[in-house]
Amino acid sequence: MEKFTVHTGRVLPLRRSDVDTDQIIPAVWLKQVSRTGFGAGLFSAWRSTDPGFVLNRPEYEGASVLVAGPDFGTGSSREHAVWALQDYGFRVVLSPRFGDIFRGNSLKAGLLTVLVPEDVVEALWTRAEQDPAAPVTVDLEAREVRYDDRTVPFELDDFTRWRLLNGLDDIGLTLTHTDDVDAFEARRPAFLPTTAPAG
Amino acid sequence: MAGTLAEKLWESHVVRRAEGEPDLLYIDLHLVHEVTSPQAFDGLRLAGRPVRRPDLTIATEDHNVPTTDIDLPIADAVSATQVDTLRRNCAEFGVPLHPMGTAEQGIVHVIGPQLGLTQPGMTIVCGDSHTSTHGAFGALAFGIGTSEVEHVLATQTLTQRPQRTMAVTIDGDLPAGVTAKDVVLTLIAKIGTGGGQGYLVEYRGAAIEALSMEARMTICNMSIEAGAKAGMIAPDETTFAYLKGRPHAPQGADWDAALAYWRTLRSDPDATFDREVVLDAATLSPFVTWGTNPGQGVPLSGRVPDPATMTDPNQRTAAESALAYMGLEAGTAMRDVAVDTVFLGSCTNGRIEDLRAAAAVLGGRRVAEGVRMLVVPGSMRVKEQAELEGLDEVFRAAGAEWRSAGCSMCLGMNPDQLAPGERSASTSNRNFEGRQGKGGRTHLVSPPVAAATAVTGRLTAPADL
Repeated sequence: MEKFTVHTGRVLPLRRSDVDTDQIIPAVWLKQVSRTGFGAGLFSAWRSTDPGFVLNRPEYEGASVLVAGPDFGTGSSREHAVWALQDYGFRVVLSPRFGDIFRGNSLKAGLLTVLVPEDVVEALWTRAEQDPAAPVTVDLEAREVRYDDRTVPFELDDFTRWRLLNGLDDIGLTLTHTDDVDAFEARRPAFLPTTAPAG
Repeated sequence: MAGTLAEKLWESHVVRRAEGEPDLLYIDLHLVHEVTSPQAFDGLRLAGRPVRRPDLTIATEDHNVPTTDIDLPIADAVSATQVDTLRRNCAEFGVPLHPMGTAEQGIVHVIGPQLGLTQPGMTIVCGDSHTSTHGAFGALAFGIGTSEVEHVLATQTLTQRPQRTMAVTIDGDLPAGVTAKDVVLTLIAKIGTGGGQGYLVEYRGAAIEALSMEARMTICNMSIEAGAKAGMIAPDETTFAYLKGRPHAPQGADWDAALAYWRTLRSDPDATFDREVVLDAATLSPFVTWGTNPGQGVPLSGRVPDPATMTDPNQRTAAESALAYMGLEAGTAMRDVAVDTVFLGSCTNGRIEDLRAAAAVLGGRRVAEGVRMLVVPGSMRVKEQAELEGLDEVFRAAGAEWRSAGCSMCLGMNPDQLAPGERSASTSNRNFEGRQGKGGRTHLVSPPVAAATAVTGRLTAPADL
């Protein structure tokens, strides 16, 4: 996983709430068996039917910080939504509230999802609409979003922050605790089922 | 210390706890399907890691599979590759698989309970958000992404931060004609699609206790539509009776030991929840959605709301774009909304009781001219049982299509899709834009409302017929 420390980029103002993962990456794209190439499917229904959709506008080309309304990433657990955002070039998503599974997926895969208040979202939308080139900085070291003369602190637990700052693989970390897993398995009750074909 | 059911399930699965780190939880059952697993198996191969517990892992093919001509190769080459990839991965890593065309194949959330693999007190995960279904048995069950699928395959554990708890209490008796689907759609409209975000939900109260296991699964299934990863119901005699004798249920002395443990799985009387929501069952009625998220719903007797009356700007904007997408005018009576397609199926409402409820309405009636009705059993066992009871004949005689098992039009990854502009009454779980096919418009309904709607071609309750 790529390390995340500080990122400065331009904003894509997505003026919508309740952006579910079916919108981020429609199901037709989920048939691929690889982990790459999903950027082409990002918001593909909106991109293909609405010429004015923000992702179709040349002034936002290269934006890397997506700013959305509340309840971004609700619905399906498809991690393809995270891969699509990353493959398209996004490093950060800011929203007042995320779907739980999407948020978990993003922080596992190295896409930084940051909770910010609604007034910050509104301010960043307005600013990006007036000046699409205006940069915003997301600093994971300091846990701050900075733009113009504003500094907005955000919360992220120490462990996740440490893992992202160092680009660490979760599985590798867990495998260092295999003794604990062995000990737990030795205590599991005998009545629990296995999936071996039932006799 | 007094605890909630969710806290007891959580605590009993902590493998490792360290200051400042998420808990490491043991996973008792991992369900796998073709869509969210290929990249996880690839990751294992790249790192040279085995599946730690293939005997706690089970796979099936559900999202992509066609529901007609299932004895032929899958026509869509990309879908076929994905299904073949699952078969190769299961063979390579030793994971038991129920492939298309075999007796136990079906939607992953239908086959787990039906095989008796889903039991009280367990942790159950799957790369699918409707894993919350299994919470109906008093299990801690939630959906995960592909990175976590790989983590569970490699370690049989997951790192998780404790979540808050919510009690949803539904007292009283449900009126005749009101189903579990109406209960959960009403709840989501009340608390919103983000209302359960960050919570583990426990459903309780007299109305919940009176429900069958299948109805309980319908409610827990849609917890995620209210934003909650997991929903659960304390196990009781209904649960135990459902499990007894199932292929993977404990037997003999194991059954007695399990039962003694299962009876302890209740929230303590003085346990406190972080949030409590109360619904009065007696006030509920058949409920349908009008918009493009599951929280945008009203009673079937109601009307499409007017966004101008909404005070929350986000809700107003969402309602405006939903009405534009759905092609609906504010103030339209829901009963006047005409549909082209009726879909009966999915992990929400594709079990035998759902088919029985719909067949009871359709018996002796016909699907309206110009309406297509698809009936897709949740599993091949459900299909077999329905055919044993003659339900397939009822559906065929009414003019509906009788299909084989799979996720089908719930998400349209197989050929069962809406065409642009087509409108459905669907017993599935999501009315998102394009969910059932690009440009398709979805109204979420219960199985009896789906059947009655098929008869009239407009959103209709059985009592209206």
